[in-house]
Amino acid sequence: MVKVSSWGQLDHHEHNVSYLSNRDNVASQLVNSPSRGIAYGMGRSYGDICLNPNGQLWNTTGLNRFISFDENTGILKCESGVLLRDIQALFIPRGWIVPVTPGTQLITIGGAVANDVHGKNHHVLGSFGDHVQKIKLLRTDGSIIECGPKLERDWFAATIGGFGLTGVIVEIELRLRQVPSAWIDAENIPYDNLNEFFQLADDSEKDWEYTVSWIDCLSKQGRGIFMRGNSSKTNKQIQESKKKITFPFLPPISLVNPLTLRPFNTAYFHKQKYQAGKQQVHYEPFFYPLDKLLKWNRIYGSKGFYQYQSVIPHHVGADAVQEMLNQISRSGEGSFLAVLKTFGNRESIGMMSFPQPGVTLALDFPNKGKKTSKLLENLDAIVREAKGRIYLAKDARMPRDLFEAGYPNLPKFLQYRDPGISSALSRRLIGD
Amino acid sequence: MLEHNKKRIVIIGATSSIAEHCARLWITGEAVELVLVGRNAEKIKQLAMDLNVRSPQSTIHQLTVNFTQASDIQDLVGNIAAGGKLDLVLIAHGSLPDQQECQSNLSTCADEMQINGVSPVLFAEAFIEYMEKDNSGTLAVIGSVAGDRGRKSNYIYGAAKGLVTRYIQGLQHRLANTKVKVVLIKPGPTETPMTAHLKQQGAKLASVEDVAESIVSGIGIGMPVIYAPAKWKLIMMIIRHLPRFIFNKMDI
Repeated sequence: MVKVSSWGQLDHHEHNVSYLSNRDNVASQLVNSPSRGIAYGMGRSYGDICLNPNGQLWNTTGLNRFISFDENTGILKCESGVLLRDIQALFIPRGWIVPVTPGTQLITIGGAVANDVHGKNHHVLGSFGDHVQKIKLLRTDGSIIECGPKLERDWFAATIGGFGLTGVIVEIELRLRQVPSAWIDAENIPYDNLNEFFQLADDSEKDWEYTVSWIDCLSKQGRGIFMRGNSSKTNKQIQESKKKITFPFLPPISLVNPLTLRPFNTAYFHKQKYQAGKQQVHYEPFFYPLDKLLKWNRIYGSKGFYQYQSVIPHHVGADAVQEMLNQISRSGEGSFLAVLKTFGNRESIGMMSFPQPGVTLALDFPNKGKKTSKLLENLDAIVREAKGRIYLAKDARMPRDLFEAGYPNLPKFLQYRDPGISSALSRRLIGD
Repeated sequence: MLEHNKKRIVIIGATSSIAEHCARLWITGEAVELVLVGRNAEKIKQLAMDLNVRSPQSTIHQLTVNFTQASDIQDLVGNIAAGGKLDLVLIAHGSLPDQQECQSNLSTCADEMQINGVSPVLFAEAFIEYMEKDNSGTLAVIGSVAGDRGRKSNYIYGAAKGLVTRYIQGLQHRLANTKVKVVLIKPGPTETPMTAHLKQQGAKLASVEDVAESIVSGIGIGMPVIYAPAKWKLIMMIIRHLPRFIFNKMDI
């Protein structure tokens, strides 16, 4: 047994870990598993979706081989433990890119499918699952299910965003997208309130591939920096520094706290405002600014942190986000890491996928026990009333009623569950 | 099989995790001719497919052999050498036995001594004949920090790796005045399928990517002995020099 935690580091329970490293042996490893388990990749989801205290974890990071790549169609076939980082590093110089990527590339492709992750280009290309051509799923009874947009479509829809409960994903075919360079023509625009944000988001949707914004969660009016970008036509002829630093220690209390947060956010806002404008940025700092600081989650101290990410339908989006900001700024809690983005008007293909038309707000909160729970419950109430939903990949605590209300496909999804798979999240939200 | 314009690299035990990650580094960014040798044809094929995606311009050959048959080894190496001059040979196969099992079962003990000690030496001896004739190339063999000093928890494995250490010393001495380079690699405990049970017991293991990077850069700059990661050079210097009365009190 070893102690395993997820990115939020809220707890460190004992797990029995087995390592999957040969795709031909996975079936027998699953069939012979001593107890129910769940696939575990890089552990970069925030809550309990990848955890199974006192039970089995199937670590997939050894399944990290490519299988084939078709230069004509851009379809890459690989094992499920391949990291997005390795795909990007190999294929971007050859003119191909992972079509949809979240804010870290240190995740497995299997995790990207199971959480149906999204990125800054949702309004153009949807979520990760929209680009998956085929999945090879192994069930714990040893059977194999191959599914895709044209093959076993219900299994496909259940597995995309199915948080690992339909089986262990062993192989994936992903269609990469052609990209002219490794660089992004980016523009940063400061905004002083939410109205300006929504105006910028609307105006940018048509002509910009990538949009996202940093929001100062302590400012009641909702000031922030809107960032948008398009792939550059040409490469800039300088090398991007590969240097990474590791956050060196685990402080006893969160370094992000009311004393540090307000001055930090104010300074960041004004620095960005001063530097606003257009520039050419390498894809790594543009997509993955935090990957340069390894183990940055330590900054929140030994009690860990929650990330709260919700999506609110468009017609009530502005009011709900405003109300959430009011609650947060009144509490003085929150973090420097706060992201506000509009999703495009498209439904996800996964039954349990998070992205839906609307506006999504993601914020970190250092774990301060009851005080934090109370604040998050207040935010829940806003999401509930606005008929929004909370992202399972980030969640460690949402109440069951909010889950069921946010994910109306749940009863249908449950028909595709693998009885040999269970996670802390499935037991908390589904009761099994 | 003749492609003299590309660098020729041979990897014995190519499906071992460390070898696989070295291969990825060697093949990325440069088209090479790569000969992969392993025990299991299916695993070799998976590896070759992966490397082919990483470097479509490279030429990849897949071979299997019984690692403990001296005559098979000699034939195989002869065939490989007939394909052209060898730029780099990495001998990487091995297995991490259970010490208790080796103590109680002498056939296990014999098998483990064979696969970790005798077999790599036979491969090296077979290859070096051709490399010495060509007066070029680098031969690198994976030993282990466990070969630096015997200790109760794994001295059978340590003894086999120690055999490799002594052998490489002799080979380096023999070839000192030639252009052939001989390299001994000593990885510390590394996170691979071979050590999964150690990790489960809470051991702290180096990532296989880091170990492969140390090996590839060490070979690149021509180091005769590579500790991977480098911190093991210091740790093992201390362990080797600990007086016996202290060492014997340690539960390692």
